[in-house]
Amino acid sequence: MDDYDDLILSELPNEELVPQMHDDLYDGLNEEVVEGVNILLERGWLPYRVLTEALVEGMRIVGIDFRDGILFVPEVLMSANAMKAGMTILKPLLIETGAPRMGKMVIGTVKGDIHDIGKNLVSMMMEGAGFEVVDLGINNPVENYLEAIETEDPDILGMSALLTTTMPYMKVVIDRLKELGIRDNLVVLVGGAPLNEEFARAIGADSYCRDAAIAVETAKEYMARKHNQLVAAG
Amino acid sequence: MNLNCILDRQGWLLADGATATNLFNMGLEAGEAPEMLNVMDPAKVSKLYRNAVAAGAQLFLTNSFGSNRARLQLHNAADRSRELSKVAALLAREVADSSPELCIVAGSMGPSGEIMGPAGSLSHSDAVELFHEQATGLAEGGVDLLWIETMSSQEEFLAAAEGCRLAGLPWCGTMSFDTAGRTMMGISPPQLVDIAESVVPAPLAMGANCGSGISDLMQALIQICDARPSRPVIAKGNAGIPSFVEGRIHYAGSPEVMADYVELARNVGATIIGGCCGTTPRHVEKMRERLETAPMGAKPRLEEVIAKLGPLTYDNAPRTNRRRSRRRRSAGRRPARHN
Repeated sequence: MDDYDDLILSELPNEELVPQMHDDLYDGLNEEVVEGVNILLERGWLPYRVLTEALVEGMRIVGIDFRDGILFVPEVLMSANAMKAGMTILKPLLIETGAPRMGKMVIGTVKGDIHDIGKNLVSMMMEGAGFEVVDLGINNPVENYLEAIETEDPDILGMSALLTTTMPYMKVVIDRLKELGIRDNLVVLVGGAPLNEEFARAIGADSYCRDAAIAVETAKEYMARKHNQLVAAG
Repeated sequence: MNLNCILDRQGWLLADGATATNLFNMGLEAGEAPEMLNVMDPAKVSKLYRNAVAAGAQLFLTNSFGSNRARLQLHNAADRSRELSKVAALLAREVADSSPELCIVAGSMGPSGEIMGPAGSLSHSDAVELFHEQATGLAEGGVDLLWIETMSSQEEFLAAAEGCRLAGLPWCGTMSFDTAGRTMMGISPPQLVDIAESVVPAPLAMGANCGSGISDLMQALIQICDARPSRPVIAKGNAGIPSFVEGRIHYAGSPEVMADYVELARNVGATIIGGCCGTTPRHVEKMRERLETAPMGAKPRLEEVIAKLGPLTYDNAPRTNRRRSRRRRSAGRRPARHN
């Protein structure tokens, strides 16, 4: 086999192009992913279909191998960047075509913590799964979260911390939400290497998400539950 | 070098426990930079050091884990890296010099928090500069050696080592294996040995610190020792997994568990042994006592470690390789990363 033969994406039929795009996402190849997105759009695919069948499905595979300890952060970041490149094309089209929304998340790393690797992964994978994400960045005091909740009206609040010194700050934020009586309007997901489920429960979060793939699964579950409740109530 | 003096004499050396956990217990607030205490409340930092030494630590880390420019930026103190590092070291020097027992001051250097390599934005030269600046401050304050810790990427580990070389001090280096038996960036324990052995000048010692549960650290330690490094091996594990009790972070590992851990770690082949997050002076005392009294034993298998210290926090089953891409690459294209 000649390893140095290049593929011509535009010559592939859809049923080969889409799995090839999954591979290219897996390998973090920005240009190829962008090319694939453009080809599918030219072939008349709706943006939402390109998003779900090509990008979201590709990132789901990346997520599985990340969860299973086969891929690590550098590879996933490359994949997420490729996904982002594809999203740059799709985003305006999705808004134009009124594609269904999964839900909205406000996410940020807590005060004192510089670490944004995990948070960025969650942010990108959530976008990859069709969520709207408002990323507050790093080092957020409680006021930042409150302001974003006020203006963005998210379904989900995500907080991240990687340090022993910053983990307790998540509780500061949740306690403040309780004081203001808005805690129960939100699903609060927390993440970060030193945390665990028990910790999440102790500080009053809804769930601990071990990694970005699990964050997406968890967010989807909560959104489905919320949807069912609305249907039941309506 | 005093480090080797102690190792030659005893065959092991007890390092200290946690920094942040113990500062919390003295009133550090969540979200605040521990390094600011070096100037805002130096008595607390001195007390942290004194407590470690009094409990029996023969090597302790300075309160400078995050005293690099990138991390201090968060607290609007980017330009105070050298100063805060120096003060951390000066306070430590004072404590070590007044200790009746020979005591080594190790200048702690944690990660920048930025990402390097193809997926990141921090360049090698910027990273070297940032670690060099921190190392210079620590050297000026009189540390005996530099202590690169909790690293996850090869690029950053090498940049930090380069910073140490430029500051003209010997160094030790540890990584944190917290993700499915590897570092967050995918470095395996044997890879750490290869990386560390390739650096000029070579580290005085290398090993594992922090991460997740203590058994996870022991598993990494076993793999490091199996790779037969030419230098002493360091183990600095957490006192269990954090939980939240009455508004404070609490680590589940008791002093007895940590005493079991140091004994097992020494039997595996580590010679520089201490604790990380959650390890208080009470733990350190028991750890010293155990090292003093327990005879050297047979090298334990992982099963024995798990029976004594608790289960691994991840599934240790052999992993499949990453998917093979169907793409055939044109010449000059970035090859896929393979494990």
